[in-house]
Amino acid sequence: MAAEGGHGPQTSSEYITHHLQNLQVCKTETGEWIWNQCAGNPMAINVDSMFWSISLGMLFCFLFWRVARKSSVSKPTKFQALVEILVEFVDGSVKDTFHGRSRLIAPLGLTIFVWVFLMNFMDLVPVDWIPELAKLLGVPYMKVVPSTDVNVTFGMSMAVFVLILYYTHKFKGPLGLVKDLTMHPIAPPTKGLGLIAAPIIIAFNLILETVALLAKPVSLSLRLFGNMFAGELIFILIALMGLYQLPLHFGWAAFHLLIVTLQAFIFMMLTIVYLSLASESH
Amino acid sequence: MDFNLTFWGQTIAMIVFVWFCMKFIWPPIVGALEERQKQIEAGLAAADLGQEKLLEAQAKAEGIVDDARKQATGILDQAHARANEIVADGKADGVKERERQLTAAKAEIEQEANRAREELRGQVSAIAIASAEKILRREIDDRAHEDILGKLAQEL
Repeated sequence: MAAEGGHGPQTSSEYITHHLQNLQVCKTETGEWIWNQCAGNPMAINVDSMFWSISLGMLFCFLFWRVARKSSVSKPTKFQALVEILVEFVDGSVKDTFHGRSRLIAPLGLTIFVWVFLMNFMDLVPVDWIPELAKLLGVPYMKVVPSTDVNVTFGMSMAVFVLILYYTHKFKGPLGLVKDLTMHPIAPPTKGLGLIAAPIIIAFNLILETVALLAKPVSLSLRLFGNMFAGELIFILIALMGLYQLPLHFGWAAFHLLIVTLQAFIFMMLTIVYLSLASESH
Repeated sequence: MDFNLTFWGQTIAMIVFVWFCMKFIWPPIVGALEERQKQIEAGLAAADLGQEKLLEAQAKAEGIVDDARKQATGILDQAHARANEIVADGKADGVKERERQLTAAKAEIEQEANRAREELRGQVSAIAIASAEKILRREIDDRAHEDILGKLAQEL
């Protein structure tokens, strides 16, 4: 495991690279599992991303489950009140946007919001604390913010993308998706001379709408990834400045706290919007 | 930056967490919220009802107090009337009694007077006889005039 561990990064560039390196394990062509020499290997797992992502997801599930289990009608605890504020906030957002009936969307929104918020929030832990601790324990790399891993954000937007397709199918029937892709935004003419132009219009629509459809998960994940990655990078750069980092670090953390919350909200809100678009006819 | 198995791991993790949330977290919390909404609604309705009932009861109580006051006034009036009546009755009785006693006294006085007159008459006749006796004794024999004197005494 300690293939590259043991000695600290020397130059700034090494320091940054070290901080942006995931702890990986992968299966080589010979069939054995090796640590941290996995560049370009599609069979690699970012162990740190998975660890923190799943831990935070479980933390969310545990905390909220405990509240849900003991949830009291007449005597809510303070934490229950907090959870209820979040639930009502998400429920309100869903009801404002999504007009169909679905048991899935509101819990999906809540999970995304809280989970993404927790993952983003790891960005506010001082950048060296956990990696240095890990190094003491013999772990050479430790990237603690899962949402700075493009695999993580794409993994989530992939699930959302599948749900978009599923909701289109569910609310508009099997032909709904084809119609969505070909009949908008320009309605092809159905009679007269315009029929000649119809195939061209349909082809144009298809290209445009396919790009638009694919852009949804890509933009969803890249927005989160980009924001978090940039924020993390700035924290690392600030950490390189020696003593001057303290006020700067504080300022950026205060600002980043807004980004962390906002990005979690945007991810949730866009998921709801995409799913309501998929379930409503234009 | 490379895509690898983490992508699928994250997708699976997300499905599991969303399923868990949908199954075990969302329904109880929303259930509690809705239950609380119902309770608050019911509580407010009950408060309104209570307010109404209170006003009703206050009106009723006022009515009862009014009635009682009227009744009390009535009773008081009756009592005054009765008292006056009793006083008047007493006065009438007194007058009657006085008259009765007065007549009784008068009768008694009359009787006394009659008796006294009778006595007086007896005494006067005795005196008259005595004086007549004295006169006659000097002039006439008692025996010769005894029958006349006896008649005279009887006539008196």
